[in-house]
Amino acid sequence: MVNRRCYERLVETCLLGSAVVAILIVFLIGAFVFIEGFPILSGHGLSFLFGKEWAPLQGVFGVFPMIVGTFYVTVGALILGVPVGLACAVYLAEYAPRWFAELIRPAVLLLEGIPSVVYGFFGVVVLVPFIMNQFGGWGFSLLAGAVVLALMILPTMIGISEDAIRSVPRTYKEGSLALGATHWQTIRKVMLPAARSGIMAAVVLSLGRAAGETMAILMVAGNVAVIPTSILDPLRTLTANVALEMGYAFGDHTRALFASGVLLLLIVMLLNTFLYLLPKRTGT
Amino acid sequence: MRTGMRVILRIEEIVVKGFLYFSVLVVFGSLGAIFVHIFYHGLGHINLEFLLAYPKDMGREGGIFPAIVGTGALVALALAVATPLGILAATYLNEYARSGRFIRIVRYGVDTLAGVPSIVFGLFGFAFLVIFCGFRWSILSGGLTLAFMILPYTIKATEEAIKAVPREYREASLSLGATRWQTVARVVLPAATPGIFTGVILALGKAAGETAAIMFTAGSSLTVPTSIMDPARSLPLHLYILVAEGISLEKAYATACVLIVLILIINTLATYLMRVMVAKRRGK
Repeated sequence: MVNRRCYERLVETCLLGSAVVAILIVFLIGAFVFIEGFPILSGHGLSFLFGKEWAPLQGVFGVFPMIVGTFYVTVGALILGVPVGLACAVYLAEYAPRWFAELIRPAVLLLEGIPSVVYGFFGVVVLVPFIMNQFGGWGFSLLAGAVVLALMILPTMIGISEDAIRSVPRTYKEGSLALGATHWQTIRKVMLPAARSGIMAAVVLSLGRAAGETMAILMVAGNVAVIPTSILDPLRTLTANVALEMGYAFGDHTRALFASGVLLLLIVMLLNTFLYLLPKRTGT
Repeated sequence: MRTGMRVILRIEEIVVKGFLYFSVLVVFGSLGAIFVHIFYHGLGHINLEFLLAYPKDMGREGGIFPAIVGTGALVALALAVATPLGILAATYLNEYARSGRFIRIVRYGVDTLAGVPSIVFGLFGFAFLVIFCGFRWSILSGGLTLAFMILPYTIKATEEAIKAVPREYREASLSLGATRWQTVARVVLPAATPGIFTGVILALGKAAGETAAIMFTAGSSLTVPTSIMDPARSLPLHLYILVAEGISLEKAYATACVLIVLILIINTLATYLMRVMVAKRRGK
């Protein structure tokens, strides 16, 4: 009996240990990235964040073009991806016949499973030449990056907003229809507002995905560390900056890249905290 | 007036439906375009020799055997670490934890971990595993980095699966005099197995397609690794290098094809398991 109790204790401790490891990893990531990046953040501070010149070999580290690049390409991806993703979710939740929706779900999963290098590769061989031929310029551009990222956030956008729309209580819909509203009026004025917080969560998660994406954007955006002035200009994101230069960086240069990592981590934690503040239940 | 209103509503309904259909078409058209394009250009170059031969001339000629072995080794190590850890942590959170605050902290940590961009995992793996622990560029460093990256997915999938196990199962087991661990190990976890499996398989796909996290942790050696301390190159990284360094478009298409087929197999398996799970739940 005592033996058994000891055993149960032991098991519980092991389980607790595993849960603790999960938080420990988050803590370690924060600690290691921050410690490596701190000297640059404290030493260069504002000139790191707002400096417009990135010349690591001369010891000039200004990541402002990369911050702006990340911002532009993320906003671009949201502008393209959010309406289409949301429309798809509305269609699947409200209009599609059941068999079709069941058929689509694995396809969305597949879209999510395709490795980001494959998206990037597709961008390089199809999208970039297309943009170059149709609109001029170099092809590797803000536009190419935004389109590829928009494709990549679609599964997140569709999956989460569809769930949110489906979890709106049926009585809401029936009430609205009974009052004589059309199906679309019901969706726009009743269902979507009731599913608001879920849809917000989908947008925020998509934003995080787009801002944190590395390989695809690295392959199609051109990676010039200058603030773009048109959608056909190339740009460099924070993530691409790290991926490009980590291989040969040393000293302060490495620390500057870790400092970019700190910025990315801060963005994620900000978004995550925002998600926690969203109300959980719809409608009530 | 009334008929006018009705006509407007009718037109609105049609326009909206048009946009919804258009969105669905865009989403699945792009998925289809990616598949068709890559298969069309790549399938012809895939044969047994491509899969089983060593690359020659940086990958311009020959096959991708070392990259296949490298991917397998990295993914195997990642799963071997993340699966037990994830299952145990999720079990603790759902079956044992009594402190609400502890659960909230762990969940926040897990959500943060899920949102951390893969390149930041790469930075962390480089600073912590490669340099601090002295594991150098190796399968060990890369595999552990991947394990940290997929841990939140295994935890979340297990949590979902465990939550779906009816309470009566636990009550029946406990009332028969089973201890808590006996109940968890013999009743709850077996009932949750298909769900856990689905999560693990999707995590496998994520690990197999990852590039940014292992660029600076596993290295990019083109030899077949013989020990866990050897560097290795994974398939997605091989694809990236082929494209970014302009080595061979032909081989890049073929490699992308192999990756897509791999993801297709993984997703089919996951979808099948999900069906099994749903059928099981409906049957009871």
